[in-house]
Amino acid sequence: MATETPPPSKSPTRLPSTEEFVAVQESAEFGELRSSYRNFAFPLTLAFIVWYLLYVLLSNYAGDFMGTKLFGNFNVAMTLGLAQFLTTFLIAWWYARTAAARFDPKAEAIKSRMEDGA
Amino acid sequence: MSPAQHTLLAAGEASEHRTLIIILFSVFVAATLVITVWAGRQTKDAADFYAGGRQFTGFQNGLAVSGDYMSAASFLGIAGAIALFGYDGFLYSIGFLVAWLVALLLVAEPLRNSGRYTMGDVLAYRMRQRPVRTAAGTSTIVVSIFYLLAQMAGAGVLVSLLLGITSDSGKIGIVALVGVLMIVYVTIGGMKGTTWVQMVKAVLLIAGALLLTFLVLLKFDFNVSDLLGSAADNSGKGAAFLEPGLKYGATGTTKLDFISLGIALVLGTAGLPHILIRFYTVPTAKAARKSVLWAIGLIGAFYLMTLALGFGAAALIKPDEITASNKAGNTAAPLLALHLGGVDSNWGAILLATISAVAFATILAVVAGLTLASSSSFAHDIYANVIKRGTATEKQEMSAARYATVGIGAVSILLGALARDLNVAGLVALAFAVAASANLPTILYSLFWKRFTTSGALWSIYGGLVTAVGLVLFSPVVSGKPTSMFPDVDFHWFPLENPGIISIPVGFLLGVVGTLLSKEEPDKGKYAELEVRSLTGTGAH
Repeated sequence: MATETPPPSKSPTRLPSTEEFVAVQESAEFGELRSSYRNFAFPLTLAFIVWYLLYVLLSNYAGDFMGTKLFGNFNVAMTLGLAQFLTTFLIAWWYARTAAARFDPKAEAIKSRMEDGA
Repeated sequence: MSPAQHTLLAAGEASEHRTLIIILFSVFVAATLVITVWAGRQTKDAADFYAGGRQFTGFQNGLAVSGDYMSAASFLGIAGAIALFGYDGFLYSIGFLVAWLVALLLVAEPLRNSGRYTMGDVLAYRMRQRPVRTAAGTSTIVVSIFYLLAQMAGAGVLVSLLLGITSDSGKIGIVALVGVLMIVYVTIGGMKGTTWVQMVKAVLLIAGALLLTFLVLLKFDFNVSDLLGSAADNSGKGAAFLEPGLKYGATGTTKLDFISLGIALVLGTAGLPHILIRFYTVPTAKAARKSVLWAIGLIGAFYLMTLALGFGAAALIKPDEITASNKAGNTAAPLLALHLGGVDSNWGAILLATISAVAFATILAVVAGLTLASSSSFAHDIYANVIKRGTATEKQEMSAARYATVGIGAVSILLGALARDLNVAGLVALAFAVAASANLPTILYSLFWKRFTTSGALWSIYGGLVTAVGLVLFSPVVSGKPTSMFPDVDFHWFPLENPGIISIPVGFLLGVVGTLLSKEEPDKGKYAELEVRSLTGTGAH
């Protein structure tokens, strides 16, 4: 088998032509999928990166604040560090839920229509 | 008893019980070799060799991704850094974890939908194949070799400390052994064998960390606040041990270095080729998403446990004893095992041996994953698509991959022997910086920016790569400090150890500049294909 690109599909499903891809890319249905994905993923990515950098900067330049004791031997620094873990888990869970509810059905509808060649 | 005597005792125990360590390690090697041969028999076509037949489940691959990611640097390096620097060591693990969100939200699923075997598949999808694949292959191999060096150096350190082998020839022998084993895993077992080895290793590593965490918490009646307090007291640094600044807070430069490191960690993961190709081992993008979710859960839980291990080591072992054993603290976790079991008891020896064998297994599995990533990229991107211009048969491509494995194995044995005294965690951080500078910008632009062109990709990959590697070359990592690779000469002018703060923006910027300066029109049809495919999975294999 040759390895030219794009690689030919090995599956029995039909690979749509470039014209079909362009038509779908310009369709309203795909536009909706794209914008709902981008409007969710892009700002969220920006948000968690900013939150992480904020935490790094606080660790670097706000030592006194970070050293403030909150409860027992837990200070602000340790608590915010653990909060990074918590927010990472929560964002992952939120993305998975949103993707399953909002992106997957749209994506599957487009995919099955294109591969069936309807 | 003085700390020095304590250390000697620990070392004595270690060498006395090295037979046990060797037996446990041999059991792991034997078991993984059986798996490899079994997987090798089932490896028939290129999809088996490169992508494990794409039949792994999301959970299996999540376990394997965790296995690939939790390297010796995470296990030994982070536990050690926490044991010595308290809170500042903890900062490392946070960057390593948060980074997975970039992979989850932006990279894993589109990559699974549009690529086939390598990172280069996605980078070159809408571009002129030969130049972009050459660039992608080059940066894949450079990143993987940086990472391999770190693991090889880690193997050397670990062995000299735990088995009492201190002679240079002994350390080189161990590096060679690791190299030969990884060549065997990859050439015979391909991705299928390597994936199973990762899974076994991940289970062992998590089980080992769970056991130690349980024993540490038991000592403190499951009161984490007490554990932190004892760690702070025993460290001799008091409350400062739980606050930022012990490692990175010294001067303005070290603070800047820490920001640089932080950026490299959080943006590097989604550009690591050996992690990215794992997403091809599952049948669908949904399964790829599930893999990342499992990986985030497992890796997050593991890093929370390293917190208990690091602070546990700080609380239970005198700091001089940790640094006497290894200046960077790399042996804190094994020492902790010895202390938890009882320094003079058999339990201590058995725990030490178990944890040491787990650490070996960790190194072995990670190097296998790295070797596979670089030899796949050589065979698929450079040999099949650049040299043979897409005319190679599947058989030729697979044998090219096997030859490349032997070649890369030989190179890394050689470099590993040279790098055996370098700082493990530092080398890994460099690999992350190079990945974030050279790979991530092109991945993101390719997927999401309509106008992006071949020149943009080449500017970004080579520009990011040269900037990152160049800055390292002229940094204190290479020369000018007692801890440098070449401490006797000084040609450094870049003050930071991690280049990320400069090289990552440069990589992103050059992608834009290269695109805007070129007169080339982006291939609209190809972008339509890539965009629709990456979001819907239409036509994915």
